[in-house]
Amino acid sequence: MSEGPVNSPEIRRLARVLEPGYSYASVTDKIASIVLTRPVSMGWLAGFTISFTILMVLLGSIAWLIIKGVGIWGINIPIGWGFAIVNFVWWIGIGHAGTLISAILFLLNQQWRTSINRFAEAMTLFAVACAAVFPGIHVGRPWMAFYMFPYPSTMGMWPQFRSPLIWDVFAVSTYGTVSALFWFVGLIPDLATLRDRATNKPAQIIYGMLAMGWRGSARHWHRYQSAYLLLAGLATPLVLSVHTVVSFDFAVGIVPGWHTTIFPPYFVAGAIYSGFAMVLTIAIPLRKAYGLQDFITMRHLENMAKVMLATGLIVAYGYFMEFFLALYSGNKFDVFLVQQRLHGPYSHYYFALILCNILTPQLLWIQKVRTNVAALFVMSLVINLGMWLERFVIVVISLTRDFVPGAWGRYQATFWDYSTFIGTMGLFVSLLFLFVRGLPAISIAEMRELVAHKSEDHE
Amino acid sequence: MSTETRNTLYGVIGEFDSANALMAAARKIREAGYKCFDAFAPFPIPGLSEAMGLHYGLKGWKHNLVPQLTLLGGLGGGLGGFFFQYWVNVIAYPLNVAGRPLNSWPAFIPVTFELTVLGASTCAVLGMLALNKLPQPHCPLFTVPRFKRATNDGFFVCIESTDAKFSLAEATKFLESIGAKFITEVRDED
Repeated sequence: MSEGPVNSPEIRRLARVLEPGYSYASVTDKIASIVLTRPVSMGWLAGFTISFTILMVLLGSIAWLIIKGVGIWGINIPIGWGFAIVNFVWWIGIGHAGTLISAILFLLNQQWRTSINRFAEAMTLFAVACAAVFPGIHVGRPWMAFYMFPYPSTMGMWPQFRSPLIWDVFAVSTYGTVSALFWFVGLIPDLATLRDRATNKPAQIIYGMLAMGWRGSARHWHRYQSAYLLLAGLATPLVLSVHTVVSFDFAVGIVPGWHTTIFPPYFVAGAIYSGFAMVLTIAIPLRKAYGLQDFITMRHLENMAKVMLATGLIVAYGYFMEFFLALYSGNKFDVFLVQQRLHGPYSHYYFALILCNILTPQLLWIQKVRTNVAALFVMSLVINLGMWLERFVIVVISLTRDFVPGAWGRYQATFWDYSTFIGTMGLFVSLLFLFVRGLPAISIAEMRELVAHKSEDHE
Repeated sequence: MSTETRNTLYGVIGEFDSANALMAAARKIREAGYKCFDAFAPFPIPGLSEAMGLHYGLKGWKHNLVPQLTLLGGLGGGLGGFFFQYWVNVIAYPLNVAGRPLNSWPAFIPVTFELTVLGASTCAVLGMLALNKLPQPHCPLFTVPRFKRATNDGFFVCIESTDAKFSLAEATKFLESIGAKFITEVRDED
């Protein structure tokens, strides 16, 4: 390579996906030791205690919901969809980054995905678990949730497959299953590593059972790689389909503000946007706490910032198109909804949304911001908030202002709305805490591939 | 076997320094005419499959049926999914909503798509595991202490005793001649 600014030490430092000086064994040691030898730290214990307490708040809120019914929430006709749906869409959206990183970036041969894909996939699974809480409880009668599944019941009733709500059941459960399969297949070689390195009997037995006898056989790798590639190819359209189907829940209805064709692509972009924000929210403390700065490098953080910037612009385009098409169509209900977003009782939510999702991320054009860890962390939180506000605006403003003034209403979330929402964060973070202690947060086998690749470069 | 303990020869194992050395060794073993042998590496090595005579695509169906199984799973999931919906909404429980046709096939597509992906992915993973004969709690190789490094930084080959031209002395000598270290015989014992 030629000398010059492109090859300056600073640029090279920012471009690395793995800091130099690692061998197969040192990569294995560093990642496996977090799980196998590192003692439980006070920080972990404190963090887990807090998140587990918040998880108990979720269980308490659900118990109270089941005792009293949905009256404890702020919903009432015409606002039948409140926080439960907002939170469901928000969590499912967050769950998109993991499989996107694993599948799409794998197909595109993007090396920088390697050290972030494992915990991003874990994050996906946990976010889907949080999302799945809401369809189960949102009618306050979780024992009726089986109505969503097609099975031969004694009532002789079957679901209505023309309804987007049923599509949603299939999309989300398929997504959860395939993400879990993908994650597990990726874990098999690493579980074998843990089995072979564990020094105590219970760990050897547990990792041994999970690794299923994996031993790195070339004949096994041969089929493994073809299965992994096929899974990546299957998961790619699946990722795009899930939030498309979620957006159908809205777009197939005729409510002003929902009935638009821009919804599927703009929901998918928004999902990736919030997913990457959540990956950053997790990656930044994780690399700090476990000293993984050599594996999750500045290059990773900067690339994720760029993906956020790009998807943020698509989302901004979506907001603009929503307004443009409402005005261009001349449909008076759609025009009225635009007015309500800008001047109605919830306009402060709308302006906060624009601030969080469109204005703040423009700072990511500046490289100094993209490479500033603290700034990225704050920005990831702002974007997560912004994406939650987006779903709030979509659900609440449209439902409080539909066709006839007689059917208008107001929505005010109650304590139990907030406690359920915050409780799911406890579920999410508790699962993450358990994950980083029990399984390798970075794929060891893929990091070895990266080491092999780097040493080839030097030869 | 009716005896209390088994003690049969499983094969001979040797170790190599690097991925490239392993690949070269695998090629030599295949060229020497061995059929039942395997290589072990802590990560998938590009080119190792070809060196061992395993192919991808249609040519390699004997070694790798995963793509075919995935296709079958996808077809099964898709067709099964579509006709299940047809049966539910047209035959078993016809619901007339605003006079729309009972077989509103475009509305069945999202679920058909999801079930196609579900069927294909499940078959890809379960097929991969089944063809690899996993889960396999015991493998004689696990009795070799150095073999633990196969999941860390060790590169191994094993010539198995099931091979037609296998003899312990010859296989050991052959592994020595291609530069393997720590050559050990592997016994399948209880």
